[in-house]
Amino acid sequence: MRPLTFRKIFFQCFVLLIILFFVVIVALKFGAVPVSLYALGRDLLRVLLGQSSQISSDYGLIIQNIRMPRIILGIIVGASLSVAGTSFQALLRNPLADPYVLGVSSGAALGAIVSLIAEPHLALPPGFEVLLTPLCAFVGAALTVTAVYFLGRRQGQIDSNTLLLGGVITASFLSAIIVFLMSTVNSSNTRGMVFWLMGNLSTSFQKSIYWFLAGGFFIAAGVIYGTANDLNILLSGEKEAMHLGVDVRRVRFVVYIAASLLTGLAVSVSGAVGYVGLIVPHVMRFIFGSDHRTLLPTAALGGAIAVVIADTLARIVVAPNELPVGAVTAVVGAPLFIYLLRRRLA
Amino acid sequence: MSPARSSTAPRILPESTRLGAEIRLAVEQVSYAYSANPSQAPLFTLEATSFQARPGEIVAILGPNASGKSTLLQLIAGVLQPLSGRILLNGFVIHSLSPRTRAQRIAMVQQESRLLFPARVWQFVLQGRHAHGGSFRFESKEDTLVARNALTQVGAAELADRWMDQISGGEKQRVILARALAQQPLLLLLDEPTLHLDIAAQVGLLDALRRLCARNRYTVIVVTHELNLAAEYADQILLMQSGRCLRVGPPSAIYQRELLEQVFQVPLKVEMRGHGRPRVTILSDS
Repeated sequence: MRPLTFRKIFFQCFVLLIILFFVVIVALKFGAVPVSLYALGRDLLRVLLGQSSQISSDYGLIIQNIRMPRIILGIIVGASLSVAGTSFQALLRNPLADPYVLGVSSGAALGAIVSLIAEPHLALPPGFEVLLTPLCAFVGAALTVTAVYFLGRRQGQIDSNTLLLGGVITASFLSAIIVFLMSTVNSSNTRGMVFWLMGNLSTSFQKSIYWFLAGGFFIAAGVIYGTANDLNILLSGEKEAMHLGVDVRRVRFVVYIAASLLTGLAVSVSGAVGYVGLIVPHVMRFIFGSDHRTLLPTAALGGAIAVVIADTLARIVVAPNELPVGAVTAVVGAPLFIYLLRRRLA
Repeated sequence: MSPARSSTAPRILPESTRLGAEIRLAVEQVSYAYSANPSQAPLFTLEATSFQARPGEIVAILGPNASGKSTLLQLIAGVLQPLSGRILLNGFVIHSLSPRTRAQRIAMVQQESRLLFPARVWQFVLQGRHAHGGSFRFESKEDTLVARNALTQVGAAELADRWMDQISGGEKQRVILARALAQQPLLLLLDEPTLHLDIAAQVGLLDALRRLCARNRYTVIVVTHELNLAAEYADQILLMQSGRCLRVGPPSAIYQRELLEQVFQVPLKVEMRGHGRPRVTILSDS
């Protein structure tokens, strides 16, 4: 009998943080323009010492202005999707639950595409133009969550299977609308659309957006982490959780909202990156066990690592062109998921 | 023979007697109705039911399928809210307690549940400590001690490090009982605990239950189909039929051939044995 301790969680997270650090270094080094490790170290040191102005070389600018923001975006998106997936799986007692499967990502993608089509016709102030697509994606995600929530209700209660089925159907329906829009509307932004559907981290934002994303992540993930013990017990079933003292309705509502916010946040800046919320929690569960007190933080870090690696691959595999990051996560994620499914759940 | 209905004789005990130290659980004129759609007629109703139970007492709820046994148990657990009447545990109305407070006083042992992800036996038993701590916390030394003690009490201490999906049905049922004991409840509710168990495991579980009940002064309410096990282990029998509580009383008073034949719709024979524990034999036609 070895109950979980804070020290154990701390140690596990520390190991993952070190891995994340090395992944980030590798991601900074590789790309269309090769950068030497020496130059990388020198420039990073200067940034840390607050001497960014001394970075004179073009390489330094590439690192600071292009690769670093993209990596930070990847970290936030990966962590958000992974925590959202973990939460949905516990909440619905369904290992196949994932923001992508529940249709929330498709809703966000539809919002993004609508904004791309509408943007040229709207006379927007220059500052707002940048925010329009993320904003519409977020609204699309929020609306889909609400729709799926009501589709998944039976006799006034959320039914796990109905909810999942409702999500899958909603995703299919929204994809059909997306395809319809892509086929009928002539827009110079078509490449943008494809990228939104498959996930893309190449968009760069103002600095304040990154702070906004990070703040949103820590609030929503913190709320979910506060229910970690409740989620552990929910795995045994809702009836049993009630008998063991879990306020099932409250936990379910709070986690559903927070997980949806995380999804909306991630998709609004990166498009529908699939499989992260499905694969990463499973891998982390396999390594660290299914206790949510350790699973949630390790899944967040694991999601960050996975998306940064996937995005680095997306940047270098067909350089100087790029793949959508969602294509990489799907190619790697789907077989891995089938393997896990057959090994652990068959 | 028309069975006497306990609900037709309302209790007129003064408040002080009713909440006295002797009575732990008081079910007072509790009724319930279940309907799929509020505008439709209810699909199932539980008519006003009353009974009382003392510390250290085992009450068995008997009856055919769909007689309302499990509904009554869920009402006592506080998961369902009665349509009328009230259920008091040490003088507190159960369904108005918070889920956490309720779980500190009432533990439910249900039929084996499917686990989504594998867990160790000790992890499973520690779940019983959930209600005794905050939502986000780590298990204390006391929690592990209580959990270990609970496993020892059901004779499953050596299972602690095994996986839940790699132990036998009888072992699993004892582990589920241990989790309930780890809640340190006043009231222990069991929903067909002996289902799917072989005879030795059934007797083992019920012996453990009777021992625990006597030692820890639990009040035990058990729903079961096993007429003979109920007669052997229960202090009170609650006989139910199609949403009505027909009789409450000691096994010797409830186990009458005409009454049981009418309720269970099978010809049977009742023998009264020396120590006041009746035995039922089902008579087949052949």
